[in-house]
Amino acid sequence: MGNWDWQVFLEDPGGKIPTYWQWLVSAWGWTLAVSLSALVVALVLGSVIGVIRTLPDNPWLVRLGNAWVELFRNVPLLVQIFLWYHVIPKMFPVMASLPPFILVVFALGFFTSSRIAEQLRSGIQALPKGQRYAGMAMGFTTPQYYRYVILPMAYRIIIPPLTSESMNIFKNSSVAFAVSIPEMIQFAMQAGEETSRVTEMYAAVTVLYIISAMVINRIMAWVEKRVRVPGFVVAGGTGGH
Amino acid sequence: MMGLDFSFFNWALVTDWLLKGFYFSVTLTIIATLGGIFFGTILALMRLSGKKWLDVPAAIYVNGMRSIPLVMVILWFFLLVPIMIGRPIGAEYSAVITFVAFEAAYFSEIMRAGIQSIPRGQVHAGQAVGMTYGQNMKLVILPQAFRNMLPVLLTQTIILFQDTSLVYAIGAYDLFKGFDSAGKNFGRPEEAYLLAAVVYFVLCYSLSWLVKRLHKKIAIIR
Repeated sequence: MGNWDWQVFLEDPGGKIPTYWQWLVSAWGWTLAVSLSALVVALVLGSVIGVIRTLPDNPWLVRLGNAWVELFRNVPLLVQIFLWYHVIPKMFPVMASLPPFILVVFALGFFTSSRIAEQLRSGIQALPKGQRYAGMAMGFTTPQYYRYVILPMAYRIIIPPLTSESMNIFKNSSVAFAVSIPEMIQFAMQAGEETSRVTEMYAAVTVLYIISAMVINRIMAWVEKRVRVPGFVVAGGTGGH
Repeated sequence: MMGLDFSFFNWALVTDWLLKGFYFSVTLTIIATLGGIFFGTILALMRLSGKKWLDVPAAIYVNGMRSIPLVMVILWFFLLVPIMIGRPIGAEYSAVITFVAFEAAYFSEIMRAGIQSIPRGQVHAGQAVGMTYGQNMKLVILPQAFRNMLPVLLTQTIILFQDTSLVYAIGAYDLFKGFDSAGKNFGRPEEAYLLAAVVYFVLCYSLSWLVKRLHKKIAIIR
């Protein structure tokens, strides 16, 4: 393996960015940007799909939601990223002007939305039926009892799986290397090749992934604590991972 | 909307470009599942042993593997395995070793949950009839843990099959690489990616449908 040489991060890669460590920080920024944007897309879409899968008296909406989940769950993420990046802009010229960043965010966001939809559905179905009926009895319309009765509890129930999904989205953003998004894997491969200091580059990137995962984990634990309803204990407590 | 042309897709394409990759993806999935369950069970037993010198290293390994992206792990092993064994190694062999090591971490969490799902009374019953730890595990606990966890293990296998496409990072020739190369060769990459998506979808959807049926069957017997 040879000796470690961390000085390599002070060298000049000979581009717009003056040193390798600054390039690494920029790559980390790309990873964060892709992951967080995709998380927003996934939360919004996943919530909509998850909710329509639990609507009463709407078999077609339920079927649509189920089809969505099966579609995005059963195709590998790498293939989905290639579809968004290569195929969709060719098939729909409107999409051709979109920057690759947006396409990758959609790919990762749609992929993750199917998992969040599945978690939210099981969260909603884990609630006692009485809560729904109580909302109806109060005279709430369907959107109202979802907004004020069901969803506030369902989201709290699914915080543990949402935590692992948020950590997954960071790990999954690594697949964007395949379509030349300058995120950390892309950096590790390119900088490793240029400097022949592959181990150092991989080690730095690995450490940043672990730090990102831990930060997300802590943030979600904080959110879970902040929004806890007194006296309501979710099965499994803090959801150990 | 662009016109799609699938005329390049014929039987010769399947035999020339796709079968080799499909064969590798399936082999990789099977070896990684079996190897992952084997080493994963050992890791799970280490974590449940109650002995710190077994528990801590296993926990570090499992949590470490689970906090790094699979692509990063694939790249690490591709770099390190040749150094460890002292000679160059093909991308395919490297992928097999990587997936066994990586999946062991995920399967160990599944097995740990499975073992913990067995009521303590069963362990005590085994001890009461004079079984050693090994006998108790082999004859009483693990068979039930496997059975309880079978649907989850199979679902993980489907995810694993999808993840094999990530060997793209080191250029191993799997099913996706087959579509990728064929598409580039015939100048029809878009159609090839679409076909790849369809093939993966049909395979994974059918498998998950089978797992769902199996789950129901097990649930009825219990």
